[in-house]
Parts: sequence; structure tokens; C-alpha cells
Amino acid sequence: MERTFIAKNPSVLWFLLGLSVFTVLVTIFSEAAGSSVVSTSFLKTLGKTLCLCLVAIAMDVVWGYCGILSLGHFAFFGIGGYAIGMWLMYDRTKDIVIGSLENNILPPTPDEVTTAIGTQIFGVVGSSEFPLIWAFSHSLTLQLLAVVLVPGMLALIFGWLAFRSRVTGVYLSILTQAMTLALSLYLFQNDTGLRGNNGLSGLQNIPGLEAVSQTTLSLWFFWASASALGAGYVFFAWMLAGGFGSVIRAIRDNETRVRFLGYHVETFKLFIFTTTAMIAGIAGALYYPQAGIINPAEIAPIASIYLAVWVAIGGRGRLYGAVIGAVFVSLMSSWLTGGSAPDINLGFYLVKWTDWWLVLLGLTFVGVTLFFPKGIGGLFDLISNYREKQQ
Amino acid sequence: MNTLLEVSGVSVSFDGFKAINNLSIQIGEAELRAIIGPNGAGKTTFMDIVTGKTKPDEGYVIWGEKSSSLLDMNESQIAQAGIGRKFQKPTVFEEQTVRENITMALKNPRSPLDLLFNRAAHDTEDRVRAVSDDIGLTDALDHLSGALSHGQKQWLEIGMLLAQDPRLLLVDEPAAGMSATEREQTTDILVRAAKTRAVVVVEHDMEFVRRLNCKVTVLHQGSVLAEGSLNHVTKNQDVIDVYLGR
Repeated sequence: MERTFIAKNPSVLWFLLGLSVFTVLVTIFSEAAGSSVVSTSFLKTLGKTLCLCLVAIAMDVVWGYCGILSLGHFAFFGIGGYAIGMWLMYDRTKDIVIGSLENNILPPTPDEVTTAIGTQIFGVVGSSEFPLIWAFSHSLTLQLLAVVLVPGMLALIFGWLAFRSRVTGVYLSILTQAMTLALSLYLFQNDTGLRGNNGLSGLQNIPGLEAVSQTTLSLWFFWASASALGAGYVFFAWMLAGGFGSVIRAIRDNETRVRFLGYHVETFKLFIFTTTAMIAGIAGALYYPQAGIINPAEIAPIASIYLAVWVAIGGRGRLYGAVIGAVFVSLMSSWLTGGSAPDINLGFYLVKWTDWWLVLLGLTFVGVTLFFPKGIGGLFDLISNYREKQQ
Repeated sequence: MNTLLEVSGVSVSFDGFKAINNLSIQIGEAELRAIIGPNGAGKTTFMDIVTGKTKPDEGYVIWGEKSSSLLDMNESQIAQAGIGRKFQKPTVFEEQTVRENITMALKNPRSPLDLLFNRAAHDTEDRVRAVSDDIGLTDALDHLSGALSHGQKQWLEIGMLLAQDPRLLLVDEPAAGMSATEREQTTDILVRAAKTRAVVVVEHDMEFVRRLNCKVTVLHQGSVLAEGSLNHVTKNQDVIDVYLGR
């Protein structure tokens, strides 16, 4: 009766296969390989989309599997981006500052260097002092740890407070949204020390890799994003297979009943909430070096709502559904709002996609929720049902 | 007989309405007990108190040899201490298979890390089989439990309770909505279960209670009206007045 993990979860194999083929194809047709089919900017879009897929499966685990409609997971994503962004910005500015001070007659003192870096980074908000929050920005290792630990700690504390008081359903959604909004407003302030609404920029330049062209760098980041997505998919599939996944889905369907089975529901929820927040942080840390810039607007509540929309459209409760939703909606969005989609002339009215895209998305969301609760991923069920009937 | 559960002097009121009024009941080890009473007699509230869902305003609920107070524990701690509860409406996890439902209920360590890293102990399959044989659902192990009939869902839920291996089983109206043959099988399952543990059955249906052939407690307005064999309590004038007479 014992079957292997893959045999029980055939979708994992198919997903990894599809992801590998996709990665190889993109690599072959990238500018780095001498082709011009996939431009560097499109390659960055694809790499970013993979990161969005990763945060989408995290959202699917927390919402589609465990039934917690969190409207805060894009905030964790953003925190991951800020954490890596601080190191990127500090280290690169340091290199530039040291380079420019080299021509001085007297060698600069460490204090002078720090002040110069501070002026460079915080000049836009009228300061040159390093805020406390930047204490670890000199160390890549510590900032990488922060990518995982800061979202993790925030989710742990927030989740502990919320779940312990048995806040569920729409109240929890509102609470998580409030957290997201508060964080976003906090980051908008100049006093926070993260450059207010300017955010962190120049993140596409990786310190120590100045010699590597953006063409090659973006391919590297694309690979890293693909690997992270593959690893994340396998991790969540492994986590959700077997008894743990069983309990998680049971909590979604009837929390009280699970409690009477002797499971401590709050611990399980907290575990899922925190784990997915950490994965979201990792996804953000890979996304923003490809985007080049992060500012507090990225963390605004609307982003987390988008995340829920992707998962709903792609199909809740199946990991590949989240991937489909994220790819489909985010690529559609960048196509339709990027100006390359043809406008539709109705004679009496010109439908501009840049204006109407959100309306279309909203209608799709309502339509999917009402008529196809399984989302696009539900189509796979139709195929497998059809096959069973044939047999 | 040793007392397993002792409820003494318990009262609880909701918005001024006394659902339980100075209630005292003792359940022994490996005892089968039926609790009957008209609607609003406090049967379900009694179960809520024992399982930790409702906290009483006064009184004691004492459990086991160590005489620990159940009032200091939460639902999952009480469940882990060995009290299983079957709800009135069958609440199985419909989107999961019968096997998954039973496996989830099996008496195993229950922390997230235990479930993640100590998967599938070698005897899991045998233990699931033992339970499914007991409730007659072995053939349906790989079916989604949502596809089961109403009676089968009730059995699955009783099976899930047995899988927890509780020392006390609280069963709320197990025969509701069942056919005559299903009722018979349900009685068998409960009588068999009561050989190794205490089973408390809350039931409306007198025929069903008669077949259980056990000590009966009659509740009325939140306290005990009469206690004894079914024949004994049905002759009690108070009982006839408030319950059987109507």
C-alpha cells in the first residue's frame, strides 16, 4: 500500500517538468544566448512572474487549503524585498562612495565614508544619519536572514494574537488588511528610515557583479526564480500530502470538529500562516532585484487583494491553480495595461484597455466565484473525469 | 464500579435562561448510559460542558483517577484526555476520503511537527482497517466521505471517535434519520464499544434506548428527574408526566 510521494502527487512531476522545459526554452531564446526572441526586459517580466507564482502558491496554501483569507501576504512579500534591498543599496553606494573618495589627498576615515553613504542614501529625505533599522545592512548574510525572519516574526506575532482570540473568517481578513495598510503607511513616512515614498532603488545592480551585464544577470535571476518556485512547489506539496495536509483541509471545512478531534487548531493555523509568510518573503527578495525598485505603494492593500484574485481565478485548493492564476492574470495585466493591446472601437465609444482592465478583472473575479468556484484549474478535473468515463 | 466522570452541582444559564440547573451525573468506567429528556432538557448543553465548549457558572466536572477538573482544560486538551464526542448532525470531512477521516482521528501525537515528520507509522493501515471493519465501511475506505449515505456518515463519525480510543464516548442522537436496519447496526456498534469504554448516548427515540438495554438518566429542565433501568424510569410518575405522557 506504500506508494512514493510522486506517485501520490503526479501534479508535482508534471509541474517540475513543465517548469524545466519553460526555463530551458526561455534560456535558449534569451538575449544572453544570442537570440532576440526574449528581450532582457521581457525576461525580467518572466522572472518576476515566477516570483509572483511563488507568493501565489503560498497564498493558496494559507487560503485555499487552510481557509484563512489573508490580505497580508503581499506585505510579507514586500518586507522580503525591502530586506534584500537594504543590503543591495548600502553595499553598492559604499562601493561608489569609496570610489569617489579615492582621489582625495587624505585617505577618508571610516566615519567620513559612513556619512557619505548616509548622505547618498538618505539625501532624498533630508538626512544623512543611518536609522537603527539599517543596523545590519552592511551584511548580506544578516539581510538574507531578515528576508525570512522578519516576515516570519511579524506573521508569528500577528497570527498568535489573532488566532488565539479565535478571530476567523471575514474579521481576520479585515485585520490582516489593516496590518497591511498600517505597514504601508508606516513605510511611507520619511521618519521610518526606509526613504519614505522614494523607496529603495537601483536594486537591479548587484554589488560585486558590476562586470556582469544586465542581460546575463536577468537570466541568472530568472533561473533563481524558477528554482525557488520549483523548490517552493515541492515543499508545499510535501507539506500538504499526508496527515498534516489532511488536518489543514479539515480546519478549512470545519474548525470546531478538528478541535474535538484533539488537534490544537490555532497552532496549525499559526504554523501555516508563518511558513507561508516566510516563503512570501523569499519570493519578494527575488522579485525586487529584478524590478529594480521597491516603494511602499507596492505593499498597499490592493496588492494583497490581487493575490487573492489570482488564486481564486486560478483555482483554490490546488497548487498549480495558483500558478495558473498568477501567470494568467499578471501577464494579461501587463499586456493590457502596457499599451500594446489594441483598443476596441465600438463606433460610439473607444474601449481603452488601460481604463477597462480593472473592470474586466473585477467582472472575471465575480464570474469565477459565482459560476466556476474551482477556477481555471477546475478544467483539469473535467479532463480527468472524462478519462475515467472513457475507461 | 469506579467513577470515570463526575458532574456535580453544575448550573449554566444563557441570558437568564437556566439551561442546566444543579445537575449531577456520574458515569462509571465501561458503562453504557442513555440520557433522555424532552427538548430543552439540557442534554446537548450537558455534552457542551463536558467537552469544554461551554463553561458552567458553578459546579465541578471531575475526570479520571487523578480527579482532574475538566473546567480548566480547553476542547483539544479534553479530547486528548480521552473524551470523544459525536455531534447530532454527522460532521465528517466530506471532501476527504473515509481513510483520511479515520487516519486523522487515530490516537497519535497531534502537533504539526509530529504530523510532518513522523508520517505513516507502520501500523496505521492495520488500525484504520480495524476501525473500518468495526463500522462496516472497509469497502468504502477510498471513497470521498461526502458520497456516503446519511447512515454511513453517522457510522464513520462513530468510527472516528473509536479511532481516537477515548475512555468516554459522548454520542448525540446517533439514530436520527436512520432506517430500521441502520439503527440495529448502530446499536451493535455502540454496545460493542461500551465493552471497553464508557459510552453516553443522548437519544429521543425510546425504541432505540430499549435496544441499548442500559441504565437510563432522564433529564428535565436542566436537572436529573429519574435514573435507573428503562423499565424503572418509565414507571416513575414524574417521568410520565413531563415526558412520556405527552
